This record gives sequence, C-alpha cells and structure tokens, in this order.
Amino acid sequence: MSYLARRLLTFPLVMLGVSILVFVAIRLVPGDAITAMLGTEAGLLTPAQRAALSAYFGIDKPILVQYWSWLLGVLQGDLGISVIHGKPALTIILERFPLTLQLALMSMCVALLVGLPAGVFAATRNEKMSDLAVRIFAMIGQSTPNFVVGLLIIYALSAGFGILPAMGEFTPFFTDPLRNLGQMILPAITLGFAFAASVTRISRSAMLDVLSDDYVRTARSKGVPKRSVIWRHALPNALIPVVTLSGVEFGYLLGGAVLVEQIYALPGLGRLVLEAILQRDYALVQGCVLFIAFNFMVVNLLVDLAYVTLDPRIRLGEGN
Amino acid sequence: MTSLLSVSGLRVGFGRDPKQNEIVKGVSFDLDAGETLAIVGESGSGKSVTALSINRLVDFGGGRIIGGSITLKRADGRVLDITGAQEPVLEKIRGSEIGMIFQEPMTSLNPVLTIGRQIEESFRLHRGLTGRQATAAAKDALDRVRIPDAARRLKYTPNQLSGGMLQRVMIAMALACNPRLLIADEPTTALDVTVQAQIMALLGELKRETDMGMIFITHDIGLVAGIADKVMVMQAGEAVEQGPLGDVLDQPKHPYTQHLLSAVPHFESGRAARSDFSRTQSEAIAPALTVDGLTVRFKVAGSILTRSPGSVHAVENVGFDLMPGETLAIVGESGSGKSTTARAILGLVKPTRGSFSANNGTIVDGSDPSVQMVFQNPYASLNPRLRIDSILAEPVIAAGSRIDTGTREKMVALLKRVGLPENSLLRYPHEFSGGQRQRLCIARALMLNPSIVVLDEAVSALDVSVQAKVLELLVDLQHEYGLAYLFVSHDMAVVERIAHRIAVLYAGQIVEIGNAASVLSNPRHSYTKRLISAVPSIERRNQHFELDTRQVPSLVRPPGFEPPPAEWQAYGPDHRARAEA
Repeated sequence: MSYLARRLLTFPLVMLGVSILVFVAIRLVPGDAITAMLGTEAGLLTPAQRAALSAYFGIDKPILVQYWSWLLGVLQGDLGISVIHGKPALTIILERFPLTLQLALMSMCVALLVGLPAGVFAATRNEKMSDLAVRIFAMIGQSTPNFVVGLLIIYALSAGFGILPAMGEFTPFFTDPLRNLGQMILPAITLGFAFAASVTRISRSAMLDVLSDDYVRTARSKGVPKRSVIWRHALPNALIPVVTLSGVEFGYLLGGAVLVEQIYALPGLGRLVLEAILQRDYALVQGCVLFIAFNFMVVNLLVDLAYVTLDPRIRLGEGN
Repeated sequence: MTSLLSVSGLRVGFGRDPKQNEIVKGVSFDLDAGETLAIVGESGSGKSVTALSINRLVDFGGGRIIGGSITLKRADGRVLDITGAQEPVLEKIRGSEIGMIFQEPMTSLNPVLTIGRQIEESFRLHRGLTGRQATAAAKDALDRVRIPDAARRLKYTPNQLSGGMLQRVMIAMALACNPRLLIADEPTTALDVTVQAQIMALLGELKRETDMGMIFITHDIGLVAGIADKVMVMQAGEAVEQGPLGDVLDQPKHPYTQHLLSAVPHFESGRAARSDFSRTQSEAIAPALTVDGLTVRFKVAGSILTRSPGSVHAVENVGFDLMPGETLAIVGESGSGKSTTARAILGLVKPTRGSFSANNGTIVDGSDPSVQMVFQNPYASLNPRLRIDSILAEPVIAAGSRIDTGTREKMVALLKRVGLPENSLLRYPHEFSGGQRQRLCIARALMLNPSIVVLDEAVSALDVSVQAKVLELLVDLQHEYGLAYLFVSHDMAVVERIAHRIAVLYAGQIVEIGNAASVLSNPRHSYTKRLISAVPSIERRNQHFELDTRQVPSLVRPPGFEPPPAEWQAYGPDHRARAEA
C-alpha cells in the first residue's frame, strides 16, 4: 500500500510546520512564564532575579536555540516539562486524552445515531411536513452554541426533575463504567447536538441526490422493496459526504471542547490547552498543539481509507 | 383471450397539478407474448413516460396516472390492473414479470455493489434463492448474455466494465427471473454503433429463446426495422400512428411519421453522400489544413518505485489534408482517438509528434483564429451567466481585438444568418432550445472569420429532426464562406450527409480514408466493413446482426514502442486503406 506509506511520510513534514508555527506564535503573545506565574509581583523582581529565573526556564537564549533544543527533545519523545504541573508535558497530555477521546467518540455516536436516520427520513419525505420539521430542528441545532445547549440541559434537568448531572472528581471508564457514563452522557449529548444537526442536513441532501440517480430507478425496476432501496442501494452511495463531515468534526473534538468541559467540569484536553496558554506554559502548549495536529492527521487518513472501502471507484495512490 | 399487455387511453401528468401538466395524452396499444412493439419519438414525446407507467416507476419521478388503464396478464393467467395496484403488488411484479433496461448503462448500475450482488438480488427477491444458489443463478444469467468468464466478472464493480458489457449486465438483470414483458428504454443510445449491433443481436436472440413480449423505445427509426413487429410513433404525448412494421415504414400515413422517415438522416450506404465538391478541380489550391504524422501519447503513471509501464498511444501517425470548402469526417468509436485528433489540432492537447500547417503557411496552434470549434453538448458549452452578446464577443476579445460597432453589426448579421431572432443578443443561454444553442455555438465559431471549423460531435446531442436542420445550416454556411470542416462523429448517417471525404479511425490510427461515397459504398478495411454493417438501416427488416464479442485492443504500449510503418493500398483515385495481415 504505497499510498499509506506516502501519506505517513507527509506526517513529519506537517508536524515540523505545526511546531514552528506554534513555537513562534506563543512567543509573540505578550508576557512570559515568569509574569504569568508571579502575576503583579513579577514587577518586584530585580533584574538579576528575573535573569536567574529566565535562565532556569531556558527562555533567555535566542529563539532559534530554544527551538532547536526543544526539537531535539521532541524527536526523543520528550515534549518538555510543564511549568505549572512540574511534570513532563507528554504525561499530562496522556492523562487527559482518554477523556477527550471518549467524549469525542460518544458525541459522534450520538450524532450519527440521531443525524443519519433523521436525514434519511427527511429525504424520503421530501417537501412534506415531516421533512420540514426535521429541517427546522436541524437548523436550530446547528445555530445554537453548545454552551447554551449545555446550560439548557442542566437547567431543564435540575428544574424539571431535580436531577443534577454527576459532577465531582472525574472517574475513568475502566474504574467505574456506570459512574463514568453518568458523568459523560450529558456532555456527549451537548456536543453531539450541533454535530447531529450537521449530519442530518448533509445526509438529507446527499440522499436526495442519490435517490434521483439512475441506479435507484434500476433497483426499483427489479422490484426491490422501498426500505431496501433506501438502506441497501441508496445509503452506501450517500455516505461519502457524511464521512467527510464526521471526520472533520471528530478531528476538532479530539482537540478538546473547552466550553463544554468547563460547564461540566471535565478535565479534558480543551481545558488543559486553555490553562497552558493562560499560564504561558510553553512546553505544555507546544506539546498539546503538536498532539492535536497529529490526531487530526490520523483521523484524516482514516477518513481517506474509509472512502476506499465505501466506494470502489475511489482508488488511492493512482495518479499524482 | 386477452393480450399480455393492454394499455388504453393512458394519461399521465406531472407536478402538483397533474391535470394541468399532461405529458401522455391518451395512448392505447396491445402487446402479445413474443411480440415486439417499438415506440418511436423525439425527446419530450412522452415515450419514456409511457414506458415507465407500465411498471409504475413513473410514480417515483413525480408523475401520476390520471386516466386510462393498463392491464397485464400474469403468469398464472390472472389479469392485473396496474393503474390501480398497490405498491406491494407492484414490487412483486417488477423484476419478476416486467423487466426493464435503461439508456445509460454507466449510471444505471449501483456503483458500490458488485454486479454479482446486483444480479443475485433479483433471484433473492423473486425466487427466494440464497447463498451459493443465488450466485450460481447469477453466473448463469451472465452466461446467457454471453459475457465471457462470468464467474470472475461477478466480483467486478460496475466501474471495471465497459458500457457495452454493463448493458449486457443490465439485460442479464432484467431477464433474471424470465419476465414475460421486457421494456427497453433506448437501450443502445449511449453505446457505440458496433456495440449497439451486438446488444440488438442479443435482444433479438433472447426474445426468440424466451417468447417474451418487448417494448422497445427509441428515437432512431432506423433501429426499429431490425427488431420490431409493430411500431407506434409518438409526438407531444400522443400516438400519432401505429401499425405493423411494414405498414408504418413503407406507407406512413401521418405527416409526422413521413417527416421522421424523410427529414431524418438515414444511412444509405454512400448513396446520399454529397457531390458538391470535387478534389480534382481544386488541385492548384493549397489545402486549408495539412496534418502530418500527428501522434499523441499519454504516459501511464507508474507508482513510486516502479517505472511507467508505457504510454497510451491515443493517436498514432495520423495524416490528412483538408481543402477549403471541403468536409473531412473523422469517424470511429469511443476510444478510437477521433476527439483527441480534433483537440490536438485545436491546441487543447499537446501532440507528442507531428505538424499542422494552415493555408497561410503558419503552424497552427491553440490561438490561431483561423481554426474555430463547435462542441458536442450545447447545454454545457455556453456559459449560463453570460448574455449572448458577451458570448459572441468572447472570441473577439480572446484574439485581442476590441468590441466596436463593427463587431456588434457582425453579431447581429451572424445571428440572423444562423436563423436566430435579432433580439437574441440580450438574452441568456437558458432561454434557447438545444438546436438554437448549437446555432449560437456555430455563430460564435464564425465570429473570427475562420477558414477551418472543427465540429466535434456537433449534432450528436440534438434531436433527430433538429439534427437535419443544423446539418443543412452547416452545408449552407460552408458554401457561403468556403469553410473547411473537420467533422468528428460516430454517427454514420450524419456523416454521410455532411462529408466529402471520410477518415476511419481505429485504435488511434487511420485505417481507411477517401471519398465519402466510395468509402461508404465500398469499404475495404475489415474494421470499416464491420462498422458500416453495424449501422442500422430501415431497409434491413428483422435482419439479425451476428454477435461479435471482440474487444478493442489495448492502446497501452511499452516505453519506446514504435508501430511498424503503415502499408497503404489504393482503391481508386481518392480511396485508400491500410493493408491487413
């Protein structure tokens, strides 16, 4: 599979580009780790003290030297030590990542389980009242910010049923699955809400296109029952745009969902990145961004491979 | 005894108010087992809608049957009223008792399912077969339509097969459960003429084997003669004439049928070739275009580690000359290199080798205003966002000139000349019909006073009677401006009407070239003979073509391959063919 090999070869190049961008970008932001750590008291530091601290954090050297020593570390699997946590950045990221991955997977399940059937249903009742209802609902879903959805869900549950979402210390899935799911289900629904709306809209329009294709007419001329025409003949052909959309959305979700994590008090990647930026924790920011970029590329690769299994006309690795 | 299918007073409408938008207006006919009815008409005549009403597929396209009745005698002898039947009943009928094949085999099969699964589905649905039994049945179905190596082909997806093969798969699918009625909706329109002959031969054989009734829909009245027992001619939703094949073709009563038979180009084996130009008189004149040794090769991409396996020799050592006022037709099937030749001359494809020179001695390239073109699809070759005056101004701007009153006068004059109303300049392409659009394309091509016009399948997308009129216009313009035409086409009947000379292209090479009447009436190369014998003709009644399953040879050659020089054999003053081994 030379296609796979060639795609994997592009990974280091993209990563290098991303690393340079993030390395430079974070240093363009005013303030440094010392100011962030000490706050207003940083103003009381004598120049000598400040220089000593700079030397300790390694931010006194020229930026190229800083980058080079960081890059050498990264190549050996060392993303640097987080200033705020006092632990290796990679360790912290890997601690937080399972939650984010689980949240992304659950949101995608919600989105596909709701969005696909809704989109297919709407397409088969094109221009009828039920189609209109689905479309309005999808429009609302897409245009409501997810923190609003999250707050509304919490409000509705607490005001209506007196139930509060399980908060408190986060429990990993393998420690206590039930408690974990209790904590995760509402954030997943919140995140999946807009995602489902997008899936609905795109699967509806893809299905509408496909249902007017010649081979659908052929299937009907063979006497294939309606249900089978839709699920067996039409849907596989309509899936490509849905897979594209899901891949992109899933990639974003793997970068963490700052607002939703904040609302439900979940220690995910999103909040980690936010903290790291606010504290000017250079090693952690760089590590997180690099990690997120890597995930994004893996997801995109998986999406491309999914195309091939879905549609035999797509052959990877031919041409260019 | 009732007939297999009986349609009476069928009315079909479309849209929210079907009564206001009637497409089929009271059509009646009967069909017996073993009989073939041909429905002939141009686009919009309602022939396809009539066909789709018979298995009620019309429901899915937004149509509604608003009057009349369709009854089908089922296998068990019961008579079913199709117009009143519920969807579950119709699903049982479709595929098992009424099979259907469509126009576009390339798009009519599901691209993501293997053809095996698609054929098996019919057996699963109507015969209750599963697993290995269904696979075996599907293999038999492919054998029946003479697809070689059927067991392996079952695992192919549609993109791995050619159009002709796919249409056979469609037929195999439609006939899987031995339907008593087969509806064939323009089954060969999208296919090459020799492939069309094969499909027609196959349908004829299968019909005799199975004694099924068949409804054959076509716009090509020439095709009807070979297969039909009865003919129904449709125009604007009504059946204007119907009767036995001989009566309709030999004594047409309705003016429209007469028009179809007389105005529409039929192939007449060279007897209808043009005689308004003779090469011998004009020997002193320099040719408008000389093409010498034109070769176009496309390199086949290799993978990252392997070298390119070779090149596609799309056009190989093609040479001809074209006199002012003369039409050279380049004929051949898809993949023969005829369009690539035209595109190379227009500078749209870079030739690997070879030279062109125009009458003024300069080498022709893409920007030479003396070579202009008209393309196949008039719906796609006019920018829908530009007004007609901008469209006509485009070549002038491209040639670096300014738009002045002279240009506008020229636009008006040309529009009038191609038979369009004067106010057309301020309108947009969508306001014109297909024939009118092609006239616009012709006017656009003439804006720069070219000496050569390349017409790439210029009338192929038009309705048959419109075709005849556009051809007439082209002949008139040729006389008036002394234009040289390079006319690329697959349609021998059209070529016969417009060409003075014909070059037959096969696998990228000219195999025969010469005077049109001579080539068409007395073809010498085996491929030309095969091509011409495949052209349907109203004179050959119920004559069956021989099945020929030969495939066009692959054009991919190893790197550095050079074909041996051609040996030509002369058959008269202006007629030569490649010598065959």
